[in-house]
Amino acid sequence: MLTIIQQVVFVLLAGFSIWFFIKNMKRIRRNIFLGKKEELNDDKPTRWRNVLLLAMGQKKMFKKPLVAVMHFIIYAGFIIINIEILEIILDGITGQHRMFAPFLGGFYTFLINCFEILAALVLIVCVVFLIRRNILKIPRLVTGQLSMGWPKMDGNLILILEIILMGLFLKMNAADTVLQAMDAPHYTQAGPFVVSSLLTGFFESFSMNTLIFFERTFWWLHIIGIFFFMNYLYYSKHLHIILAFPNAFYSRLTSMGQMTNMTAIQNEIKYMMQPELAPTAEAAQTEPQRFGAKDATDLSWKSLLDAYACTECGRCTDACPANQTGKKLSPRKIMMDTRDRIQVIGENIDKNGEFVDDGKTLLNDYITVEELRACTTCNACVEECPVSIEPLSIINELRRYLVMEESNSPTEWNLMFGNIENNMAPWKFSPDDRDAWAND
Amino acid sequence: MTEMLGLMINLKEDKTMDVKRINPSKAPEILFWVGCAGSFDQRAQKITKAFVEILNAVDLDYAILGKEEMCTGDPARRSGNEFLFQMMAYNNIQTLNMYNIKKIVTTCPHCFNTIKNEYPELGGEYEVIHHTTLLQELINEGKIKMSEGGAFKGKKITYHDSCYLGRANDIYEAPRKVLETLDADLVELKRCRANGLCCGAGGAQMFKEEEKGDKGVNIERTEEALATGATTIAANCPFCITMLGDGVKNSDKEDSVQVKDIAEIINESMEK
Ligand code: SF4
Ligand code: SF4
Repeated sequence: MLTIIQQVVFVLLAGFSIWFFIKNMKRIRRNIFLGKKEELNDDKPTRWRNVLLLAMGQKKMFKKPLVAVMHFIIYAGFIIINIEILEIILDGITGQHRMFAPFLGGFYTFLINCFEILAALVLIVCVVFLIRRNILKIPRLVTGQLSMGWPKMDGNLILILEIILMGLFLKMNAADTVLQAMDAPHYTQAGPFVVSSLLTGFFESFSMNTLIFFERTFWWLHIIGIFFFMNYLYYSKHLHIILAFPNAFYSRLTSMGQMTNMTAIQNEIKYMMQPELAPTAEAAQTEPQRFGAKDATDLSWKSLLDAYACTECGRCTDACPANQTGKKLSPRKIMMDTRDRIQVIGENIDKNGEFVDDGKTLLNDYITVEELRACTTCNACVEECPVSIEPLSIINELRRYLVMEESNSPTEWNLMFGNIENNMAPWKFSPDDRDAWAND
Repeated sequence: MTEMLGLMINLKEDKTMDVKRINPSKAPEILFWVGCAGSFDQRAQKITKAFVEILNAVDLDYAILGKEEMCTGDPARRSGNEFLFQMMAYNNIQTLNMYNIKKIVTTCPHCFNTIKNEYPELGGEYEVIHHTTLLQELINEGKIKMSEGGAFKGKKITYHDSCYLGRANDIYEAPRKVLETLDADLVELKRCRANGLCCGAGGAQMFKEEEKGDKGVNIERTEEALATGATTIAANCPFCITMLGDGVKNSDKEDSVQVKDIAEIINESMEK
C-alpha cells in the first residue's frame, strides 16, 4: 500500500513521536522526584485494588452517574480503539493494509465493528461535553482557573481533537468500504462495517483513484493525529489518562484525618524531654532542613505526582466549604499552581543545568497566605477527587512553613498557641479548672 | 469532728456531679477523654455532663484524667505548629501510658482522630472509640433503653456529619443507628455522609476570624439544616455544635430549633 518512501516517512514520524513522548515523560518523572521522599509502597494488594477500583473503575466518578457513564465511554472507547493503532502502525512499517484481517477473518470484522460503535459513541459524548463546557456552562468547568487562557482552551481542544480523530477513523473506514465493494486492489474484504457504512453515500460517486486518495489521506491524518495527541498530553490536563494509574497506586492508605508525622520534630521534643536519649552532638549533625514547604520541591513527591495527575475538573473546589462561601481558597487552584511551579522549576533546570534561583516560590508567588488560611482541613476536596489527589496535603505543608519558619500566623492563633503551651488548652483558662465542670 | 467533716465533704460532693476520677493503682476499663471544649466551653460542658450521666447510669468502669488531661494538639498541628503538637502529644502519651490506659472514649471527634490516628506512631497505642459508637454498643447490648414516649418521639431530627468523624474516620452509621432508636422522624441533610459540608470550625478556624468571603461556612450549613424543617439538629462534635448554634441564632431560630449532641439527646430519652 505504501511506497518505500512513505514507509520510511512513517517510521521516522513514529520514531520521532515516540522519542519526543518518552523525553517529556522522563522530564515529568525527574520533576516529580524533585519532591521530598515519602515511602508509599506498603500493602501492595490494597494499592492494586485502588488501581482497579479508582483508576480503571473510576469509582469516584460515579458520584455523578450520568457524567461518569459518558466519561467512561470516552475512556474505554479511546483505550479499546487504540488497539487498532497496533495494526495501523504495523501496516505503516510493513507497507501493508489491514494485515490482521486475513488471520482473524470474521473476528476481525467483529473487532472493527466494535471499534466503530465505540468511535461513534466517543464522538457523541465529546459533542455533549463540548456543549456542557460552552453552552450549558457547567460552573465548575468555566469558572475560576478555567475561565480563560490555556486551561480553558485545553479543555475544548482535547474534545475537538478527539472528535476529529474519531471522524477520520470512521471516514477512513467508509472510503475503505466503498473501495472493497469496487474490489480495489489491496483493499482486503473485511466489511461490512456498521457505522461507517452509513457514511458511504458521500463517497460512492468518486472514482477509484480519488477514493484511494481520500482513504490514504484519512489514514495519514488519523495516525498523525494520534501521534500529535500522544505528545499533546505533556502540555495538558489530559496527562491524567496516564498518571491516574500511578496516582491511585501510590495514594495514601492511612485515614484521611491523619496528617503526616514530622519525625525530626518528634525527635527534637523527645530529646528535650529525655536528654539521655539524645544522640551526641556529632551524630546529630544533620543538614539543616526546612520545616514544611515554601516551594514545590519541599513537597512530597506524591504531591507533585498529584499535581501532574490533576484533571482540572473542579470537583474539589465545588465541594470546598471555603470556596463555596466566597473565600479565595480553591483546591483546584492549589493543584494547578503546584504543577505550574514544578514545571517552571523543571524548565529552569533544563536551561541552566541546575536550579538557578528565580526569586519566586510556590508560597506567595503562586499560592497566597489568605488562601491557605481559609482551609478548614475538612477533607471534602480529598474525598471528592476522582483521581486520588490530596490538595489538603499541600495546604498543610505550606501552613507548616508559614507558622514554623516565618512565625506568620494570625494573632488569634498566636494567642491559641500561647494558651495551649501555658494552660494546656486553646483558651485562657487555668489548667486547675479543667475538671471544674464536675463541681457545679 | 473529723467524721463530721468527712460527712460534710460527702454532702458537698453529693451535690456535685458524680464523676469517676482516675485511680493510680487501678486502670479503668475505659478512659473518658473529655477534651478542652468539653472541659471549658460552657455549651460543651453540658455534653460532657450528659455523657457522664449516661456512663453512670449504665455503670461502666470508666474514669477521667481530670487536671492531668491536656489539649491533644489538634488545633496546633492543623494550623501548622508541629512543635506544639508534638509537645502535647508527648505529654499526653506519657500520662496515658503511665496509667496503663488501654481503651479511650471521647465526645470530641478531633480528639478522637488525633489519639486514634496520630498518637500510635508517637508511641501511644490505644483502642479509641467515639462516644456515638459507644452509645450504639450500649444500646445493642440492651444497657441503654429508651423510655416510653421519649422526648424526641415523632420529632423531626436532622443529623450533621462532622468532618473528623465522617470523612476522616468513615463513621457514618453509629450515630444514625443511635438516633433511629428514638422513634423520631429522621431527615437527611442535602449534603450528608461523605458529602457532608463542614461547619467551618476545623483546621483551627475555631480559633480565628474567618477569612474574607460572602458568607460564614456555619451559616451556609445551618441554612441547609433549617431547610429540612427539623426542630433538632443533632451533631457529634462540640465545635460543630458551637458553629451551628451560632448559625441558628443568626437566623433567629433559637426558640424553635435546638442544636444538640447525640449524648444529650440520649440522656434525655433513656430509662434511668
Ligand atoms: S480541606 Fe480545605 S481545601 Fe479541601 S475542601 Fe476542605 S476547606 Fe477546602
Ligand atoms: S484535584 Fe482532583 S477533584 Fe480537584 S480538579 Fe484536580 S482532579 Fe478534579
